[in-house]
Amino acid sequence: MKDEIKTLKGEEVKEECSTLSGIPLKPFYTPADIACLDYMRDLGLPGQYPYTRGIHESMYLARLWTMRLFSGFGTAAQTNKRFRFLLEEGETGLSVAFDMPTIMGYDSDHPRARGEVGLCGVAIDSLEDMEILFQNIALDQVTTSMTINAPASVLFAMYLVVAEKRGIPFDKLHGTIQNDILKEYIAQKSFIFPPKPSLRLVTDIIAYSTRHVPKWNPVSVSGYHMREAGATAVQELAFTLADGFTYVEATMEAGLDIDEFAPRISFFFNSHSDFFEEIAKFRAARRIWAREMKERYKAKRPESVWLRFHTQTAGCTLTAQQPENNIVRVAFQALQAVLGGTQSLHTNSMDETFALPSEKAATLALRTQQIIAYETGVANTIDPLAGSYLVESLTNRMEEEANKHFQEIGQRGGMLRCIEEGYFQKEIIQSARRYQEALERKERIIVGLNKYEHPEEKVIIPTLKVDPSVEKEQIRRLKSLKARRDNRKVEESLGTLREASRGRENVMPYVLDCVRNYATLGEIINVWREVFGQYREPVMY
Amino acid sequence: MSVMGNRPKVLIAKVGLDGHDRGVKVVVKALEEAGFEVYYSGLHQTPEAVVDKALELNVDLLGVSTLCGAHLTIFSAISKLLRQKGSRVKLFGGGIIPEADKKALRRMGVERIFSPGTPLREIVDFIRSICKEKRLPKITAQK
Repeated sequence: MKDEIKTLKGEEVKEECSTLSGIPLKPFYTPADIACLDYMRDLGLPGQYPYTRGIHESMYLARLWTMRLFSGFGTAAQTNKRFRFLLEEGETGLSVAFDMPTIMGYDSDHPRARGEVGLCGVAIDSLEDMEILFQNIALDQVTTSMTINAPASVLFAMYLVVAEKRGIPFDKLHGTIQNDILKEYIAQKSFIFPPKPSLRLVTDIIAYSTRHVPKWNPVSVSGYHMREAGATAVQELAFTLADGFTYVEATMEAGLDIDEFAPRISFFFNSHSDFFEEIAKFRAARRIWAREMKERYKAKRPESVWLRFHTQTAGCTLTAQQPENNIVRVAFQALQAVLGGTQSLHTNSMDETFALPSEKAATLALRTQQIIAYETGVANTIDPLAGSYLVESLTNRMEEEANKHFQEIGQRGGMLRCIEEGYFQKEIIQSARRYQEALERKERIIVGLNKYEHPEEKVIIPTLKVDPSVEKEQIRRLKSLKARRDNRKVEESLGTLREASRGRENVMPYVLDCVRNYATLGEIINVWREVFGQYREPVMY
Repeated sequence: MSVMGNRPKVLIAKVGLDGHDRGVKVVVKALEEAGFEVYYSGLHQTPEAVVDKALELNVDLLGVSTLCGAHLTIFSAISKLLRQKGSRVKLFGGGIIPEADKKALRRMGVERIFSPGTPLREIVDFIRSICKEKRLPKITAQK
């Protein structure tokens, strides 16, 4: 095809174009490229199996995606203020970023927390902090997403008890906990316990949430972090869905019926820089999930096969050089997510290669979504790119490539085996290296980074500075809490949790009791460190 | 310099609770390909552990990656330990670090901070130049 164009017009054509995943691209696409596409079998109408065109019949015409900015820094009070600011500016859902000690299950007074309290997210040590975090926010009217994994049960329990103390029934709560531990071993590396007991904690949460908090998403199967770690779009798609299948199988093994829990499984994808490939990825994800859930796992309810997802624009594409360019990148990436039918969206701020978002940068990121929603008109038509020879062809190709990966994972003995052997980790870092090499050789251009550089330019954009007194303040409050609470009750509930954890019972009710007694995050996680042990990743690169 | 002769010897480390290791892993490979002798610490190290490792391996440089905002505490602890032990190991870093903090890090003895987007050859050149400088005092002393 390429040669023909050259001879017809006598023009030079760019050689060997390919997507970021390395899928070769033709100069143009024709009906021949989607000859095998059967409209009703492969696409269907929006809200119709296999849901390629969207899970809802009326998509954004009925309700826009949730504009949800990942936020958190300093103390619970400071983050609460940012939440309320964003809600006033038109944000439609909350998303909590916790600090590293919270993510790793350490209280603020632990030696390993030193210098890290409140820095990359909000510090939460106990129910008391959680109460402050959601002060003056109506938990029955907002949806809250919490990016928390190894200690997910504890933070989820804290949220539930805040609602309980305000008299809000659990079935009025909407939100998501990430609770996707498998991708922690693969990419984000915020694990505490070994994979097997971790998987049990995940299924305990799914089982409890399904029965007691029916509108909550107890897991958000995440490809975002794999992509940030260097995975291609194809790898992100395949490894994430494979994680999803693993949770489905583990929860079925724990005794739940697929149609009981599957409707509440949610997903989280990255929106990187390759415009059409990303849109194809989102569409393919919906189709693969629907097909597998129906055909392999025999789900019967339509909601059980829906792939509902949150999207975040790609942090790893932001540059420290000429940071204002990031605003433009984020806008395109956000547009891809919308054209791909996302349910919820975070747009990154231009300043994130330096620090957490400033209020001004976060507002601009929110405005970017609002401009897409209200000015561009793209939300007026459902799945507007359907039928594009290119997009449909890429969507098919993404599905084929993902299926190859599923086979490979199966042949290698399944997800846990692959994780323990470092298979995904190695695949992803190889992709990261290839990407970097392409940048160094200028085969891929990043504007302001390897073309149109201004190396002498001094970058001065205002960045957020977290008050260094946060750590002292957290430690002081922790001390005061421990003096005020009923320590006998704390010990008792921790003891009961320890026993339950040694057996096979669902641990969630016991975690809730510990939280009600104001046991701290660190105290609860220490019980599990003792019972389950700690995971150390083998050093590999 | 290392026993291997002119090959710069480098320890690349992840210190603190942050698990973002894409950058370090790409850098480690690039330094190996540049012909350096390179060691990687693995995740979640303490300042004490990496300083001990740096001294044990007798490296020329210690490079620390941090993406979660704890850079001031981490680098201050490491440079203090290096000074206490009278080490001549040169310290550099990379990650999510605001421009405004770079001066403070420089005062702590951090030779260079590489921000996201740095071409790998810049890091390679930096290490070569540091190793050259480290040998200079001996040469000038002979004059």
